[in-house]
Amino acid sequence: MSNLTDKNYLNCEKGLWSWLTTLDHKRIGVMYLISIVIFATLGAVFSLLLRYELFSAGKDFLTALQYNKVMTYHGAIMTFMVLVPGIPAVLGNILLPLQIGAKDVAFPRLNLLSWYCLMAGALIAMISLFTTGVDTGWTFYAPYSIGSAQSGTVFVVLGAFVMGLASILTGLNFIATIHQLRAKGMTFMKMPLFVWGLYATSIIQIVATPVVGITLLLLVAERLLGVGIFDPKLGGDPILFQHFFWFYSHPVVYLMVLPGMGVISEVVSTFSKKVIFGYKAIVYASVAIAGVGFLVWGHHMFVSGQSDWAGVLFSFITMFVGIPTAVKIFNWMTTLYKGSIEFRTPLLFALGFLFVFAIGGLTGLFLATLSTDMHFHDTYFVVSHFHYTMVGGAVMATFAGLFYWWPKICGRMYHELSGQIGFAFVFIGFNVTFFPQFILGAMGMPRRYFDYLPEFEHLHAVSTVGSTIVNIGMVIVFVTLYRAWKNGEVAGDNPWGGTTLEWQTTSPPPHENFTKEMEVSGGPYDRP
Amino acid sequence: MFKLLFLTIISVFAKVAYAKKSVFMPPEASVYAHDADKLYAFILNVSAVSFVLIVLCIAYFGFRYRRKTANEKTPHMSHNLKLEIIWTIIPSLIFFFMFGWGWKLWNQARHAPAKALEIFVEGQKWSWGFHYKSGRKSVNEVYVPVNKPVKFIISSKDVIHSLFLPAFRKKQDAVPGRYTSLWIQPTKKGEYYIFCAEFCGTEHSSMIAKLKVVSFKDYANWLANDPYKEMSLSKIGKKVFNTSCAACHNVNDTNKVGPGLGNLWNSKSIFENGESLVADATYIRDSILNPNAKVVKGFPKGVMPTFKGQLSEQQIRGLIEYIKSLKEK
Repeated sequence: MSNLTDKNYLNCEKGLWSWLTTLDHKRIGVMYLISIVIFATLGAVFSLLLRYELFSAGKDFLTALQYNKVMTYHGAIMTFMVLVPGIPAVLGNILLPLQIGAKDVAFPRLNLLSWYCLMAGALIAMISLFTTGVDTGWTFYAPYSIGSAQSGTVFVVLGAFVMGLASILTGLNFIATIHQLRAKGMTFMKMPLFVWGLYATSIIQIVATPVVGITLLLLVAERLLGVGIFDPKLGGDPILFQHFFWFYSHPVVYLMVLPGMGVISEVVSTFSKKVIFGYKAIVYASVAIAGVGFLVWGHHMFVSGQSDWAGVLFSFITMFVGIPTAVKIFNWMTTLYKGSIEFRTPLLFALGFLFVFAIGGLTGLFLATLSTDMHFHDTYFVVSHFHYTMVGGAVMATFAGLFYWWPKICGRMYHELSGQIGFAFVFIGFNVTFFPQFILGAMGMPRRYFDYLPEFEHLHAVSTVGSTIVNIGMVIVFVTLYRAWKNGEVAGDNPWGGTTLEWQTTSPPPHENFTKEMEVSGGPYDRP
Repeated sequence: MFKLLFLTIISVFAKVAYAKKSVFMPPEASVYAHDADKLYAFILNVSAVSFVLIVLCIAYFGFRYRRKTANEKTPHMSHNLKLEIIWTIIPSLIFFFMFGWGWKLWNQARHAPAKALEIFVEGQKWSWGFHYKSGRKSVNEVYVPVNKPVKFIISSKDVIHSLFLPAFRKKQDAVPGRYTSLWIQPTKKGEYYIFCAEFCGTEHSSMIAKLKVVSFKDYANWLANDPYKEMSLSKIGKKVFNTSCAACHNVNDTNKVGPGLGNLWNSKSIFENGESLVADATYIRDSILNPNAKVVKGFPKGVMPTFKGQLSEQQIRGLIEYIKSLKEK
C-alpha cells in the first residue's frame, strides 16, 4: 500500500511546463481529459441553446440562421473534439500501457504530438467563431457547404482535418504499443478486453481517417479554388462526397463505441467478481464490428440517389453489425449471472450503458431495414438513435471508466453517494431527452428543423426538460470527480479487487508504471 | 419468483405482439404505407420484447446475486459454446428475416407502374416547384387524383433537398444534376404534408409543401383551369409571393433572410459597391430574374436563386403590382 506522498507520475515533476512537455502517457491522458471536458462544456452549451429554442414552436431567441450555426457547432464539437478523441485518447492513453504491463506507449513523443494536433485543430476550428461561423451541419454535405455564405466553413473543415492527424497518430501508436510492449506471457488472447477494444478502434482510426482527411481537403479546395469534384455546377458529383464522408463517419461511430464496450467488460467483470463470460466471443465480436463497420456506410444513403442494388447490399451487410453487438450484450448479462454484484457508481454506469445501448442497437434495426428507413431517414428517429448509441455507448461508458479508474488515476476515492446521484440525473435526464425524439421521428418530424408544426410541441418541451436534467447530472459527475482529485480519501492500490495488471502497481502509478518487470500466466480475469 | 417473472413476460409479449396498429405513425394514405407499417410493427414488437427481456434479466440477476458478504466466491464460467451458438443464430435469423421483408417492400416502393402519372418536381431554396406534362406549374402545392399511381421525377436547382411524404412513408433526395424518383398511389382524399428532409440552409424548416389528393374530376378541373382567371394582377402577385417569396422576404420592412419588401417600391436601394438605384419595375424584375447582379448592402451574395423560367411574365408583373401595393397600405 502506498501513500500519496510517495513519488508518482503526478508529483515527480512540477509546473505547467512539465505538463506541456511531458512524455508520460498518463499525464498526456490527463491533459486530454481536461481539454475534452472544456470542449464538451462548449458543446453542451450549444446543445442547451438548441433545446431551449426548440422548447416551443416558432422563433424564440435565435434566428433560423443562428439556430443552424448552433446546431452545426454542437455536432462538430461533440463529434470531432469530444467523442472521437474521447475514450481512446483519455482512458486509452492512461490505461493501455498499464493494462499490458508496459512502461509507456511505443512512441511517447508522437503521443505528445497528437495532443498538440488536437489542440491545433480545435484552435483552427474555433477561429470560425470569430468569422460569420458555419451553418452546414457537421456533415458538410456538398454542394451546400461549397456555396454556403458562411465563411467559417473553411476553418472548421481544416480544423477537422488537423484533428484527424491526432486520431491517426494515436491509432498508430496504440497498435505499435500493443504489438511490441506486452508483458511477458501476455499473448493476444490474454489481453484485457479494454485493450482489445482499443486495438479494434486503432485499426479504424488508421484506415478510415485518411479518407475523410482527403475529402475535407478536397472540399476546401473546391470552396477556395472551384476544382469541381463535388459541385454539379462544375461537373462534380455531390453523392461522391457522401460516399467519402460516410466511409469514415460510419466506422467512426464504432471508433467511439468499441473502447466503450471494452470498459464495460472490465467493469462488469470486476463488480460481479467474476471472470468475463465468453472472452473469445467478445474479442471476435469487437474485431468483427470494426471490420464489418467499413462495409456498411451506404446505409446512410438509401434515399440519396445511389443505386437500388447498393441499398439492398448495404442493408444486408448492416445486419451483420447487429449480430456481434447482440452477442456482447448477452455475454455481459451472463457475466452477472451467479456473480457477487456490488452496486458502485462504475457498475451503475455500466448497467446504464446496457439499458441505453440496447435501445440504441434495437432502433438501429428500423434504420437498417430498407423500407422502414425510407420513413425514418433524416427524422428525429435518427437523431435519437445515434444519441442513444453515441451518448449511451460512449459517454456512459466513459463515465463508467472514469469512476472505475479514478482511484488509480489520482490515488483517491470519489464520494459514492454523489457519484450515484450524478448517475441518476444523467440516466433519467438522458432518457427523458431522447426517448420522445423516437416518437417525434415516427410522427414525421424531420431533423435540423429550426421550427416545427404545432403537433410536435409537447414532445419537444419534454425533451428540453430532459436536456436540462442531463446537464445537471454532468455537472454533478465532474464536481464529484474534481473533489475526489482534490481531497478524496486515499483509495489504495486495488480498491475494487480488479484482476488486470494496472491494479498491481501503486495508485497513482510511478512515472514508469511498474517497479518490476511484469509477467502474466493466466487469463486477464482469472480469480484465484 | 420465476413463475411471476414468466407470467409477466408472457403477458407483455402477448400485448405488444397483438398491437398491430402503427404506433406513433401518421395516418396511412396508401397501401404501401400500410404494408410498411406492418413491418414497422413487427420490428417494434421484436425490439420491445427483447428489450424487456434484457432489462428483466439484468434486474433479476442484480437482485438475486447482489453482494451479501465481502468474500463471496463466484463460479468460474468462462464460456459455453452451445449457448453462445444459440444466441448468435437466433438473432441472426430474426435480423435477416427483417432484411428480407424490408427488401421485398423496397422493390415495391422503388418500381413505379409504367402507366403512372408523371409530375416533375424541382426543389430549390426554399420551395418545391411542380411541373405537369400539360405545362401547368405550381409552387408548394401539388394536386393528384386519388387511387391513381403518381410518379414524381425529382431534381434540384441548387443544393440537395429531400422530398418527404410522411403519410406515404416515402422519401427521396432531390439532387442537383441528376433525376431521382418516388411514386405513390394515394388511397384517401385529403391534404398531406411534404417536408424537406435534407438540410438545405436557413429556411430549411419552412420548405413545406402540401399534397392535395382529390377526385379525378377535381384533379382534371384543376389541371385545365387557368389559376389566375379573373384575378387582379396584385392578387396574382400575392399568391405567387406567398408560395415563392415568403420563405425569405417579409411583407413589412423587417428583414428575414432577404430584405423586407414593405417599403421597397420607389425607395432607394444601396448596393455593396456603393451604387444605388430607385426600386422601380425594371429593378424588381431584374432582381427576380438575375438576383445576384445587384445585392443590397448588408446581405450576402449568392443566397437568392434565380426565378428565370420558373415564373411567367404574368406572375412577375403580378409580383411587381403586389410589391407596389404593399407601400400604398
